[in-house]
Amino acid sequence: MARTRDESSPLFAGNAAGTLRLIVYLGLAMVLMVLDQRNGWLWRLRFSAAAVVEPVYRLAGLPAVGIHMLSTAFGDRRQLTEQNQRLREDLLLANARLNQMAAVAEQNQRLKQLLDTRRSLKLKVQLARVIGVDLGAYRYRLTLNVGARDGVKPGQPVIDAHGVMGQVREVLPTTSVVMLLTDPAHAIPVVIARSGLRTVAYGSRDGVQLTLPDIPLAADVRVGDQLLTSGVGGRFPPGFPVGEIRTVATAASGMFMVAQARPAADLDRSDEVLLLHDQAEPDGPPTLLPSMGPPGDLAPAGPNKPAAHAGRTVAPAAAPAHPATPGGAAR
Amino acid sequence: MNRQRLGSWLFFGTLVSALLLMLVPLPLVLEPFKPYWPALCLLYWSLESENRVTLGLAFSMGIGADLLNGVMLGEQALRLCALVFIALRFRSRLRFFPMWQQSLAVLVLLLNDRFLLLIVRVVAGGALPPGSWWISPFVGAALWPFLFLLFDDLRARLRIQ
Repeated sequence: MARTRDESSPLFAGNAAGTLRLIVYLGLAMVLMVLDQRNGWLWRLRFSAAAVVEPVYRLAGLPAVGIHMLSTAFGDRRQLTEQNQRLREDLLLANARLNQMAAVAEQNQRLKQLLDTRRSLKLKVQLARVIGVDLGAYRYRLTLNVGARDGVKPGQPVIDAHGVMGQVREVLPTTSVVMLLTDPAHAIPVVIARSGLRTVAYGSRDGVQLTLPDIPLAADVRVGDQLLTSGVGGRFPPGFPVGEIRTVATAASGMFMVAQARPAADLDRSDEVLLLHDQAEPDGPPTLLPSMGPPGDLAPAGPNKPAAHAGRTVAPAAAPAHPATPGGAAR
Repeated sequence: MNRQRLGSWLFFGTLVSALLLMLVPLPLVLEPFKPYWPALCLLYWSLESENRVTLGLAFSMGIGADLLNGVMLGEQALRLCALVFIALRFRSRLRFFPMWQQSLAVLVLLLNDRFLLLIVRVVAGGALPPGSWWISPFVGAALWPFLFLLFDDLRARLRIQ
């Protein structure tokens, strides 16, 4: 070998400085990871670097757009006509159903007004387009072409024509990232349409199914049951299709039944999705009702002023429905 | 001088296009087969180019990749640093391997990279990935000879060191 070896590439042992540098960089990376895990730095950084990041996303999404356009441009004329025909029929059917539903919705609205509930059936939606970008989280994320400037906020439900897809997770100025239902870290409160059983559907590891791990053994669940959003928790409005149960089995522990469900929405093929604006309840559970119990002065006598109460408990004859009150006061 | 500038253009061009390729999605069926392009690109340059690739470059490229498609900040920086360190350490030997041995070495490096990623994600509380997740390093190793020849050819045509 005539080649003289230089310092930078020794044949066997490396120099200590290289190892030290490696340790420093690895340590730095770990510190960054911990800080990010604690404070969510990554998205803040992405938000501030959005001017660079977002064009790159659009650029990376171009091949997907191109393929889509090519398939439209070179699509068979017959195939396109067929598709058009099918869409027309679907629209006709949907319109007919809508007309039928309109009467029911109006009736429902009236009844609800009578019952004094504020929840309405009206939908406020925003159309968004999916950008084909691989965000490195297996298959659990989706990028949309709307963002903070279009009024998108984290937590908004995302649906397509067939059902719920997920919720907005992170928002950049003109793009946003959706966490799909099938993300293992996602959970959605559902109700089984046939039996009315309320439970929670989690995402699963393989990213194509939903898992319902804690159904009571005695519950009535069958293959083919439809899952709807239950509206519990307030993030997803009630009544949207979530999926269909595929398998039901007893859990390994023998304490619960475990069901697998297929998402109703077209998670892989959706090009356009709807963002719901009208969240059922803006923040978590509804506010507590004002206390409806007996008036405060009827409360059981405290140990500090028993004399004041002893005189009053006799007087109101209007409280016979609360046997606890006089009993407590007499003590 | 001009030749040198062309060389650095090619170098950074390949790095940037590796980042872009990483972002381009594949159809659902092919998704697990997508190789980790930034790692392959950095490996080539760290083996073939005298002292272009340093740990600092690997770290900053990793941060850039994290900014674009990371799940956690610093995750890919860690992986690329480890990868480049091993590649630089064994550079002299790896370079003179026959192509199939080099491919095997790349496979081992990429598998090691996946293990690192797995550890990081599991420690951060993520779920275990599906089995098809392990296909990617094999695809990367299978692509390595072609990538190597392509880059070598490009460099020979442009007469870049």
